[in-house]
Amino acid sequence: MTHKTFFAFIFPSLLAMILFIALPIGSIVVQSLHVEHPRVLVEVENCGPFGCERETRVDTAATQALQEAQPMGQFNGLGTYFDRRHLATEEVSRIFSDNEGVADIARQMYNLPFYKALSFTLVYTFIVTPLGMALGFSIALAVNSIPKILKGPIIFFSLLPMIVTPLVGSLILFWMINTQGVIGSNLQLLFDDPDLSLRASPLLTWVTLIVYGVWSMAPFSFVVFYAGLQTVPSDTLESAKIDGASRWERIRYVVIPHLIPLATFVALVQLMDNFRVFEPIVGFSAEANATSLSWNIFNDLRGQVDQQYSSAAATSVLTVFGVVVLLMPVLIRLWRDFNRKA
Amino acid sequence: MKKATITTLVGATLTLFAGSAIAECNISSGSVRILGNDFDSIRTVTDQASTCASSGTTVRVNLTTEHKNIQVPALTISPAEYTVALIANNSISPLLSADLVRPLNDLVEKHGQDLLPNQLIRTGDDIVAIAFMGNAQHLFMRGDILDDLGVAPPATYEEIIDVAEMIRSEGIMEYPLAATYEAGWYLAAEFVNMHLGMGGQFFEAGSAQPALNNEAGVRTLEMMKTLTDYMSPEYLTVTADEMKQMYLAGEVAIMNQWGSMVAGHLGEDSGNQQISEATILAPAPTAHGNSTPAAALWWDGFSIAKNISDEDAEASFQAMMYGIRPDMAQQNPNAATWLIKDFDAPDTAQGVLQTARLGARGYPMSPFMGYMHAALGTELSDFMQGRESAEQALMDVEASYLASVREAGLAD
Repeated sequence: MTHKTFFAFIFPSLLAMILFIALPIGSIVVQSLHVEHPRVLVEVENCGPFGCERETRVDTAATQALQEAQPMGQFNGLGTYFDRRHLATEEVSRIFSDNEGVADIARQMYNLPFYKALSFTLVYTFIVTPLGMALGFSIALAVNSIPKILKGPIIFFSLLPMIVTPLVGSLILFWMINTQGVIGSNLQLLFDDPDLSLRASPLLTWVTLIVYGVWSMAPFSFVVFYAGLQTVPSDTLESAKIDGASRWERIRYVVIPHLIPLATFVALVQLMDNFRVFEPIVGFSAEANATSLSWNIFNDLRGQVDQQYSSAAATSVLTVFGVVVLLMPVLIRLWRDFNRKA
Repeated sequence: MKKATITTLVGATLTLFAGSAIAECNISSGSVRILGNDFDSIRTVTDQASTCASSGTTVRVNLTTEHKNIQVPALTISPAEYTVALIANNSISPLLSADLVRPLNDLVEKHGQDLLPNQLIRTGDDIVAIAFMGNAQHLFMRGDILDDLGVAPPATYEEIIDVAEMIRSEGIMEYPLAATYEAGWYLAAEFVNMHLGMGGQFFEAGSAQPALNNEAGVRTLEMMKTLTDYMSPEYLTVTADEMKQMYLAGEVAIMNQWGSMVAGHLGEDSGNQQISEATILAPAPTAHGNSTPAAALWWDGFSIAKNISDEDAEASFQAMMYGIRPDMAQQNPNAATWLIKDFDAPDTAQGVLQTARLGARGYPMSPFMGYMHAALGTELSDFMQGRESAEQALMDVEASYLASVREAGLAD
């Protein structure tokens, strides 16, 4: 293919990528480097149905003049990145110089919003990704070996977790694990503990979110692995059978090596998906015990009456950075495979 | 057949239009576009305002719980997407800070004959909004349980703890109390309630500096924590709706619930008539020997957008004045705690009104308060779960709040 033809082929997607990926990321980077202008404040008497109070308000005319002079806002450099809501450099160096051992460092770090979110995000990603893939793979193996007539309905049911919107799925589960819900009250009976609540303790909340994550992520792995299983060469399997390989040995030495490239692809997608975990946290009202980077962004933009764009932008850039770091090993592996083939 | 249906439909629509022309809004022309929160009492008002639509006047209503997130961008463009923003003491602040609200002094003079002086929301000399209903969290109690114990309804948080202990030791309920402590907006709102009751301030006078980390702040948190000893262990996930379910399921004896939700608890469709009938409403409790009830008073009202034509502004104001006319309040006495003239408050509105009468303070209408509320919502949950001290929690709130207001250019 000549360079010209290649370019003509790639141009539409290149344009779309610039418009919809590169430019927005560029814009959040710029946004994260700016903060709003200092506002001019005046004190006024505010009166309402319940009496008057002296309160501060923004002198809008004076502030507007500042805004028109510099519409981008005030350049803040990396200030937002280093403040308490993000990397918290000042607080972190204080924690490291003044602490009572490793446990205390961990506890104090966990008190900072960014590190709190990061710790849950990482734990979630690194537990849900392998477990989800393992579960998906075992479903694929099971479905592959059942009679044809049952396959249709079973595939449909296995895909359900993926069809249900994550927010709706987590809300339904949230109601079920409620102490009055079917799962919650049965667990109380089972463990004979009337105070047992999956929503109360941080550990159980994490476990619930992770179990939910595995449940909702497994179907994707299942679909891909199931498709992959159809391509396993049957002569290799048959010769393995003749050589006396057990079912487990056939899976271990024939099927898995055949599916490894596929697994790399699934891992790539799942890592990215899990790193941006968000809906279950909202669905389970789990903010008190578990937050994620995406949830922090959401909270800056939609939490209250004011939107904190720069803070949200800084967290977004840090998230993008996190995704790149996370995918590095997988990308390096892909690159090696590519070079080997070429 | 099909044709007949269409004719009937057209006929029905025409009748509707004809019917609406009877509404006495006296609007000659203009476009009314209303944006607001979505709940029953608001809908009562906007339904009335909608009847002002006529040949020269259009009325469009968008009620959504996401109104806070779209109001600033929607009113910033010129002409604004909406002419009327339905707001409350918290959500008006971003509009004021961005200068998107039209001073209503002239319109009030021209069309505001029915308004009471305390409906006018002023900052400085400008009337920036018209309030039409009040709201506050106040006590809902199970009268039958209190009778069984032979105790008077508690009026202070200290008494509530005593009664809760009695209920527990009598074996009636393990967790007799409930509060809307869901981490986030609700938990912060409950902190605001208690902090006002403890006589606390949120900011140093005349500045954006936080003033939480002091005796009042610590007392507030300690009281909140003590109350959780008598709440179901899931308290950090309980919203107002969740709490309603718990109460009507008979799991809760005393709770601090929103006044605007009285109808849902006591109405015929509450789902549990026995509990509805046994419920006693009382003003918000006081704490620590103070006389101020531990509840922030909220008002709901409307503002008119700045970036619209004078004609639309006048039409919008008139339509809203029709929506909140005294007749409307009298016809819907149970829909809300109306702040409207000649409103004869029924028993269901007494919880909010008495809380106000006892001197509860309003939710602060300050440009910093939204950031403070956000910081409280995210930083208090560690303390509530016993993972850090009250002082540490308040320090975290202040630090998180300061980072936000610095970004917003409100503090150095």
